[in-house]
Amino acid sequence: MSVATDLKQPEAQPSPESVKMAGRNVSVFYGEKQALFDVDLDIVENQVVSLIGPSGCGKSTFLRCLNRMNDTIDICRVGGEITLDGQDIYDKAIDVVELRARVGMVFQKPNPFPKSIYENVAYGPRIHGMTSTKDELDEIVTTSLRRAGLWEEVKDRLDQPGTGLSGGQQQRLCIARAIATKPEVLLMDEPCSALDPIATAIIEELIDELRERFTIVIVTHSMQQAARVSQKTAFFHLGKLIEEGPTEQIFTNPHHQKTQDYITGRIG
Amino acid sequence: MQFWLTLLVVLLVAGGLFYTGRSRAFAITGGDATVLHSKPEFHGGMVLIAGLLPAIFVYVAWLVFYRYFADSSVTAQLATELSGLTALEQESFLRGAFNLANGQNVGNVSDAELKAIEAYRAFNGAANLILQLVLAALVLGGGFLAWRQISISFRARQFVEGTVSVALIAASGVAILTTLGIVLSLIFESLNFFQKVPFFDFLFGTHWSPQSAFEGAGSEASERNSEVFGAIPIFAGTLLITTIAILVAAPIGLMSAIYLSDYATPKFRAVAKPILEILAGIPTVVYGFFAALTVAPFFRNAGEGIGLSVSSESALAAGLVMGIMIIPFVSSLSDDVINSVPQSLRDGSSGLGATKSETIRRVILPAALPGIVSALMLAISRAIGETMIVVMAAGLSANLTINPLEAVTTVTVQIVTLLVGDQEFDSAKTLAAFALGLVLFCVTLMLNVIALRVIQKYREQYD
Repeated sequence: MSVATDLKQPEAQPSPESVKMAGRNVSVFYGEKQALFDVDLDIVENQVVSLIGPSGCGKSTFLRCLNRMNDTIDICRVGGEITLDGQDIYDKAIDVVELRARVGMVFQKPNPFPKSIYENVAYGPRIHGMTSTKDELDEIVTTSLRRAGLWEEVKDRLDQPGTGLSGGQQQRLCIARAIATKPEVLLMDEPCSALDPIATAIIEELIDELRERFTIVIVTHSMQQAARVSQKTAFFHLGKLIEEGPTEQIFTNPHHQKTQDYITGRIG
Repeated sequence: MQFWLTLLVVLLVAGGLFYTGRSRAFAITGGDATVLHSKPEFHGGMVLIAGLLPAIFVYVAWLVFYRYFADSSVTAQLATELSGLTALEQESFLRGAFNLANGQNVGNVSDAELKAIEAYRAFNGAANLILQLVLAALVLGGGFLAWRQISISFRARQFVEGTVSVALIAASGVAILTTLGIVLSLIFESLNFFQKVPFFDFLFGTHWSPQSAFEGAGSEASERNSEVFGAIPIFAGTLLITTIAILVAAPIGLMSAIYLSDYATPKFRAVAKPILEILAGIPTVVYGFFAALTVAPFFRNAGEGIGLSVSSESALAAGLVMGIMIIPFVSSLSDDVINSVPQSLRDGSSGLGATKSETIRRVILPAALPGIVSALMLAISRAIGETMIVVMAAGLSANLTINPLEAVTTVTVQIVTLLVGDQEFDSAKTLAAFALGLVLFCVTLMLNVIALRVIQKYREQYD
């Protein structure tokens, strides 16, 4: 189901790109309160898009709309349209379970299940019935752990509990768990905010490698991180998408005054 | 009246001691209480403790030894009158005189008793006066010594906190010592029993009818004794009823816990959970009516309908009703445990495309397992200890059977029937109750140990 819709071609990007996910007029309400106002954003295949902005600006809310995690909040309503490969994900015909298998998520705080390292990674493939033999499952677990850069550290203790790892290792385990279900898009909600600088550096490197196989959307509070890992940056403020564009341009030559203020530390 | 007066005096003294210490602490600072090492309240508390604690100890010691002193004083005065009596008679004479001296008048009083009463009253008068003087001296002396200690650098906080921690240790000590006392008394009475009935005959015997233990008096009785104290049937009965109860309570309780915590709307949960917990508040004797008058006849009729013979007092009826009784233990505790599994785990699982039921089965229940096990253990101990429902619905006959449609009896019920009525305390029948209690204690202890091990094992893995 890969529909190549080359709607918007930013001038700075010479190579042809396909839009993987797109939001049109996305508005989100928590009860009476509106948290997002008419957001339009394209997420291009095999790119890293970072969402930045001060706390409470709606960037996490937008991220959680992309795999309908907001469904779990009773009072939350989503308006507008979000498409994955051209198909509206809020359509009644879409199975949210299948959607989340295609759009994986890594959370702010590492949340490994209280199971062994192996079982943590095998969780997704098992529930989706992706494998029929033990060997295939072993293969997926090994590959996912390798891609998440955790294999060398845990290969001798796959049967140990995942909760026994350090914070950075736990987060990489969660990334391995997310990519084991072979998603097309990977959402990351401030994946490094609970980690020390060294663990952060490892994960940023990892994000860059993962870009080859997955489309990645990352919410981050650190502008340096956005500059380091992403190709495209979107700046949110008070529920509105103020500016989006190639990361380099946003950080060196923002068009909008508010973006300028934020990246220079005057607001936020 | 006198009690309230005493209480008032104690409160006034306590308040006075506290106030004195606190105001002295204020006074020595000259207005700035911040220079004190300890807050003025701690100085007040120190004076209060130093004044009252020794007096309280002396008073308690006096309460314990009062009778001993009073009796020996009276015995010394009435040496001639008492010389002709045996030790037992002396004791009973003194007890009578003591009660008379404290105002319980009964019939005629002999000269000797009159003299004893006088002696008791005289002793009481003198002793009370001395006691009051001693207590007053202790309060004033202790308070004064502490009061003199008060200075800017004095560490009153450490003194008060030290005393409080000793009080905490003493409180837990009371719980531990009580348990120890109960276990020791169980063990000693059981040892008495095992002198009359061999240990293995009791533990592995299959015939239980202690009511027939003393039909034939004389030497041959002891031989027959050991045969009627076989505990296997009643432990089997306990096991059978408890198993039925858990088979009822565990699935229903667990499923309602899952519904309440993960599927129900918060509004519904707020109403439904207290209602479920009301089940735990119904007196067990009411469950007993229900079992005996409604459930048991229903089973009998239903059994006849399909050609089964169901006894009118059946293990099934008792176990079923007991299961209903312990549902809230399982559901309420499991619900709390399931609720305390962090939301991040649920998010993580649904973020991977797991459905709600997959999340519950594969992530939440394993994470909540230690808590669920301890909820089940609590329910099992409750079921093992339950007496009333079994008396009313399962009967008293000790059948050795695993057929839930027959009447059985349990350990607790048998303990009750052994101890009710006129009994010689040192007969084998009465002592058997202690032996049963001891074995029951060991069984529940073992269950608890196993549960703790299970909980520990999973805690180590998952925390």
